Amino acid sequence: MREVVVISGKGGTGKTSLTAAFAHLAESKVICDLDVDAPDLHLLLDPSVVRDEAFISGHEAIIDPEKCSGCGLCASMCRYDAIDQDDDVYRIAPLRCEGCKVCVAFCPEQAIDFPPRHCGQHFMSETRFGPMVHAQLFPGQENSGLLVSRLKKEARVLAEERGLELILCDGAPGIGCPVIASLSQTDLAVVVTEPTPSGVHDLERVASLCDHFRTRVAVVVNKHDLNPEQTSRIGALCKEKGYTLAALLPHDTAVTEAMVRRQAITEGEDSAIATQVRQAWRTITDLLHS
Amino acid sequence: MIVSVASGKGGTGKTTVTASLAVSWSRPLVAVDLDVEEPNLHLFLKPEVTDTEVVTIEVPEVDESKCTYCRKCAELCQFKAIAVMGKAIMTFPEMCHGCGGCMAICPEGAISAGTRELGVMERGIARGTLPCLTGRLRVGEAMSPPLMRYVRSCMRAESAERSLDVLVDAPPGVSCPAMSAVADSDVIVLVTEPTPFGFHDFKLAFEAFSPYGKPIAAVINRAGLGDNRVYEFCTAHNLPILAEIPYRRDIAEHYSKGMILAEMDEGLGELFTKLGQDLRRMAKEARHA
Repeated sequence: MREVVVISGKGGTGKTSLTAAFAHLAESKVICDLDVDAPDLHLLLDPSVVRDEAFISGHEAIIDPEKCSGCGLCASMCRYDAIDQDDDVYRIAPLRCEGCKVCVAFCPEQAIDFPPRHCGQHFMSETRFGPMVHAQLFPGQENSGLLVSRLKKEARVLAEERGLELILCDGAPGIGCPVIASLSQTDLAVVVTEPTPSGVHDLERVASLCDHFRTRVAVVVNKHDLNPEQTSRIGALCKEKGYTLAALLPHDTAVTEAMVRRQAITEGEDSAIATQVRQAWRTITDLLHS
Repeated sequence: MIVSVASGKGGTGKTTVTASLAVSWSRPLVAVDLDVEEPNLHLFLKPEVTDTEVVTIEVPEVDESKCTYCRKCAELCQFKAIAVMGKAIMTFPEMCHGCGGCMAICPEGAISAGTRELGVMERGIARGTLPCLTGRLRVGEAMSPPLMRYVRSCMRAESAERSLDVLVDAPPGVSCPAMSAVADSDVIVLVTEPTPFGFHDFKLAFEAFSPYGKPIAAVINRAGLGDNRVYEFCTAHNLPILAEIPYRRDIAEHYSKGMILAEMDEGLGELFTKLGQDLRRMAKEARHA
């Protein structure tokens, strides 16, 4: 079984449009949306949810106002500034509470409850391209890395059950917690970038994150014709760092038009860019098996 | 006054809008990049960095000669950052959230504060007069919120001391980092594009940020691309659309050279001057309401 994660560092470079096309082209796979914060792949794949489960992770502190004596010890110990004073009692600000339990352990009145936290939902679905696992974290929640790991584990179980050979993941932007979690046990990171200062800067950071975790990197430059100079900078960076430059894709409104039709760019009538995306997928498949 | 530029979806033009607002703002300002995972604002404002501060978090350091292996620390730790096995104690500093619980609970005083580097905060001056703060997460570090907390505290101090307005370039999404980035704002501006992805994430962001009870405005980037649903949504939710940046290839090319949109032509310059005025007006009205 192989696992590919499509990431980008910078948001909006075309990760999800490309992943949807790869989901269309790849055979024998589980599709996995690891952008649990702002997932979009389902908009193109229109999944029918088969299983819907609560994602319970960590705990949250809740002060019982009846028992609170107003001593303020909790607020003085909280490193997250998550406890507000409300007249002579104290109240937890749930968005700032990291669930560390320090206030619970030290409250002299034992006035702080510590229930499990419901952070989001995760789903197993069927799509026209095959089975899919995905999730939605609730606003402001932490533990996105744990949810990403949970989805990856489910995808692996599903692939084993059904004898599928590939796990194809759409990743999150950035280089933080969810991206780090998405790289674990991955055979190849496909980094989608664009020839702009932000695109190049963010590619360098996310690719060095991949190096840090010894994950192989293939680079796709989207909208390469916007700035040939930046595109050749990316080419030089790939050469220097040993990343495979898997494809140069043109700036083409056909991508947004396919999105509006809720289709992958490779579905329906073949456009010029669709042919190039097919070639990119062949390159990536070869890389995966080399 | 703090104005945050946010979006659900990445790559909709947050940094483009922030940089353009920063150069057209009518009052003294500090520009803050809180997208610490992938900070990009400096690529456009090009500040001269005057100071780089390493930002750390407190992690446990155990003095084994004092440890009695009572396990109180490991039982309290919610993040699996400290473990006791028989007569051995191990710490996993990269898992630590820096809550300080282990140090506070240890009856032997065997745990002291070590540090883990989260990243850096850079102070700089752009264009001779515009102070800039940039948080930059260390590659390999998973936790952006504590670094962001530090940058936010500096930003509030800077703004109060020198009576500066604050313009924040926020990270994408609606999870913990994005929510905490906009928490201090007087007004939040959501940058979106009229595509299905843009619209979907715009709704997520609107729903996530609404409970803060702060005024929210929209800026539509790449107007003319995609479909109309974001306009219908804004009308239905009384969400003012303060600016529309047209979808034009020359704009994308201008951006790809690291240039600031407000300085591309007169029309765009006026668009951002007016956007800045409208945002200041919204923030003032909210303060007086």
